Amino acid sequence: MKLDARVPAGPIEEKWDKHRFALKLINPANKRKYTVIVVGTGLAGASAAASLGELGYRVKNFCIQDSARRAHSIAAQGGINAAKNYTNDGDSVWRLFYDTVKGGDYRAREANVYRLAQLSNHIIDQCVAQGVPFAREYGGLLANRSFGGAQVSRTFYARGQTGQQLLLGAYSALMRQVHAGKVELETRREMLDLVVEGGRAVGIVARNLVTGALERHAADAVVLATGGYSRVYYLSTNAMNCAVSAAWACHKRGAGFANPCFTQIHPTCIPVHGDRQSKLTLMSESLRNDGRVWVPRKPGDPRPAKDIPAAERLYYLEERYPSFGNLVPRDVASRAAKKVCDEGLGVGKTKLAVYLDFADAIQRDGRDKIEEKYGNLFQMYEKINAEDPYQVPMRIFPAVHYTMGGLWVDYDLMSTVPGLFVLGEANFSDHGANRLGASALMQGLADGYFVIPYTLGGYLAQLPRARVDVEHGAFAEAEQGIRAKIDRVMKVKGKQTCDQIHKKLGLLLWNKCGMGRNAARLGEALQEIPRLREEFWHDVTVPGRADDLNQQLEKTLRVADFLEFAELLVRDALERVESCGGHFREESQTEDNEARRDDERFAHAAVWEHQGEGKPPLRHQEELTFEHVKPSQRSYK
Amino acid sequence: MSTTNFSLTLHVWRQRGPAERGHMEVFERADVSPDQSFLEMLDDLNEELVRAGKEPIAFEHDCREGICGCCGLMVNGRAHGGERGTTLCQVHMRSFSPGSHLYVEPWRARAFPILRDLVVDRAAFDRIQQAGGYISVNTGQAPEAGSIPVPKPRADQAMDAAACIGCGACVAACKNASAMLFVGARVSHFVLLPQGEVERARRALAMVEAADRAGFGNCTNEGECSAACPKQIEMPHMARMFREYLRAALTESTRVRKDGGA
Ligand SMILES: Cc1cc2nc3c(=O)[nH]c(=O)nc-3n(C[C@H](O)[C@H](O)[C@H](O)COP(=O)(O)OP(=O)(O)OC[C@H]3O[C@@H](n4cnc5c(N)ncnc54)[C@H](O)[C@@H]3O)c2cc1C
Ligand code: FES
Repeated sequence: MKLDARVPAGPIEEKWDKHRFALKLINPANKRKYTVIVVGTGLAGASAAASLGELGYRVKNFCIQDSARRAHSIAAQGGINAAKNYTNDGDSVWRLFYDTVKGGDYRAREANVYRLAQLSNHIIDQCVAQGVPFAREYGGLLANRSFGGAQVSRTFYARGQTGQQLLLGAYSALMRQVHAGKVELETRREMLDLVVEGGRAVGIVARNLVTGALERHAADAVVLATGGYSRVYYLSTNAMNCAVSAAWACHKRGAGFANPCFTQIHPTCIPVHGDRQSKLTLMSESLRNDGRVWVPRKPGDPRPAKDIPAAERLYYLEERYPSFGNLVPRDVASRAAKKVCDEGLGVGKTKLAVYLDFADAIQRDGRDKIEEKYGNLFQMYEKINAEDPYQVPMRIFPAVHYTMGGLWVDYDLMSTVPGLFVLGEANFSDHGANRLGASALMQGLADGYFVIPYTLGGYLAQLPRARVDVEHGAFAEAEQGIRAKIDRVMKVKGKQTCDQIHKKLGLLLWNKCGMGRNAARLGEALQEIPRLREEFWHDVTVPGRADDLNQQLEKTLRVADFLEFAELLVRDALERVESCGGHFREESQTEDNEARRDDERFAHAAVWEHQGEGKPPLRHQEELTFEHVKPSQRSYK
Repeated sequence: MSTTNFSLTLHVWRQRGPAERGHMEVFERADVSPDQSFLEMLDDLNEELVRAGKEPIAFEHDCREGICGCCGLMVNGRAHGGERGTTLCQVHMRSFSPGSHLYVEPWRARAFPILRDLVVDRAAFDRIQQAGGYISVNTGQAPEAGSIPVPKPRADQAMDAAACIGCGACVAACKNASAMLFVGARVSHFVLLPQGEVERARRALAMVEAADRAGFGNCTNEGECSAACPKQIEMPHMARMFREYLRAALTESTRVRKDGGA
């Protein structure tokens, strides 16, 4: 596997402009001769499909849900970053670039991050023009708020529904292209395999989720925007249909998988309450603007929060990190919460929670102001916990939330399979080992609106004009493979549901490959995962038929892929003997037990190459060089 | 409000496909936890069915936090279970009394054919959107975001309308199966913003007509839609849409007369 990031030469500020000029163009009249498959209708997929349709390509766009508007991006609450500097507080493209590289704990590719910061401002322009109702000040201009890991206010938001509103913007642009006949939308379709022929991506095989039919789709290029894989942990903040399956299928067809162990544990989620829970709920990080995080100083203090006087409260973030306080980045906040709970200071029934307290903010700004900013989040909290957060502090705990790892891509967002491009959370590129709040939305939209429309053209322009059609043997082979897998899973007829096994996998990963990791536990996990996979293939059961609407089959196939992928995740974690981003590698810590990154040995992206069933994957490295943001031990003190 | 686990009886609509006849199936449930969400309660039942080799109840869900608009069922004749401003995935079992009988049915509307059990086809909403639910701006054409101020109250109102999650509860709650609250929310969102001004006439006409074509009923102003809406989209958005439609119909017909009259 050859890893060539193809970062253009020249000063970082000029790379993207020069590259766009260097890319070959396709004459407008010829664009309609190219078919492009876009898998996914989240921010990355919808923005890409709409923009490519506008340019004149023939686009086929796929999603699992019944409507493109329901992609998981909809759930993003907090906001989207941009370097507009509307608040005049010292922001700039350079600062956003700097914060993102530093926030990512120096494990991202500088050139990509710089481009992301450059494009951030165009995103806001585009979204406003589409009618995205961002929050505004009384003067009618756009409002901003702060997010973790930054000392400037650069986050744009739409109440607590930023993702939903941005997605509706992209979705409406997409609907316009569907109406114009430029984009063919295939909803309730699940991509199950990538078709590769002559060394390049030429199409996909998808399952029609209503009829169960396997469908072949050919194209000149495939753009994958299928989101992240947090649900490998079973409990996460991700939506129920999120899966690794599409990315995993591509990996098995030759796409390198980068840094699978880089998962983000978000500090402010509603704590786990029982073993019959299906998912976790995020409380947006924006809450840390006004909420103060604390635990009682006395372990097991039985008093209700409001009866504990200030002197007996440990505001551990404010104490340890005076300059960032409650707004330290996610990884720092999560680790700190885990630490106080490990020390027995946790609150609530399970003692696996800390307080997020709004009493001071309500007293300072009034309840109305707080309600205006966070009303829907408070309401959501109350629904789940039957407790009023205006009266008593919220209880929060870290949970798996986002995955920085993903398919490796070069500067053009192309994977190691020519013709397969990967956008949004599904790729690995911009967030290193830790993503800052409000930058996933930014990245998804930058990729879809402003990067792929150029780089895809560059690829297509040099393509030989011989389409591989769906009758080709490569399609038949892929379809056969899928059919065999479905048959196999239907025939097991065991006694367990896929959820039972998925829960075991999740617990195993959370305990052995969660926030704190060491070689011994990771080694155990590597032994246990294949056993669990074995258990699955002997004991899972799926009722009903395969050629039919069968939600249990859909879920079970996804769990089968998680069971394979989990092993790669753990393997990657084992090899990375450094504390980095959200992950504390016990073997790599400073004298005062803070995380110690190891730039000597690990300033690289680890990229895994699939070697075939039953063979250990090969680990490659993309060395990362930092010319502009010099790696230092991050300090938020 | 119960704090300990309890029992209840579920009556669930089962239907194999759009063309087949459906029926209610009864399930006795014990050990329902008050902290479970309604969907987690259905998960438990489905887990048991699957383990027994039976087909689980098909229902839609994804985010489970009230924002994606996937979930939605009638519980005892009320959309999303009838809790104000709440999607079904956010309804917790503590809101039901021990021993109660819950009748669980899909959205019922001609424009939303049933695909299986509790899953309906809501593609008609997408078609309405395609007809005109957008501002025609290509990627790259946008002016600087700060160049057009929008008075905060108007921006807030636009946001209120834009909060619609497209779940279809309004249609299910309406005795005419009208989609006018949905269309009203979309039209209002755009027309309240200066960016949406240019295409307001065309948009209102196209979306209302698309709703008619999709087979949704007429609005007779009952207000059941707004009462059932989990995002509490209010009736004035619909009134605004009707004004837009009338205004557009008028100017449009004048234009046609002028154009065609020479
Ligand atoms: C609760 C929550 C809150 C968040 N808040 C923020 C925030 O405030 N700010 C921020 O910047 N980020 C936030 N994030 C992260 C951010 O929302 C996501 O990273 C981002 O939206 C991912 O977008 P995407 O387009 O890459 O993928 P997604 O939105 O996940 O879309 C994936 C798409 O791919 C489709 N798909 C997947 N697999 C297949 C398949 N096999 N076949 C066909 N289609 C498939 C799906 O149907 C879907 O359309 C949040 C995340 C969560 C979970
Ligand atoms: S599952 Fe998303 S709104 Fe209920």
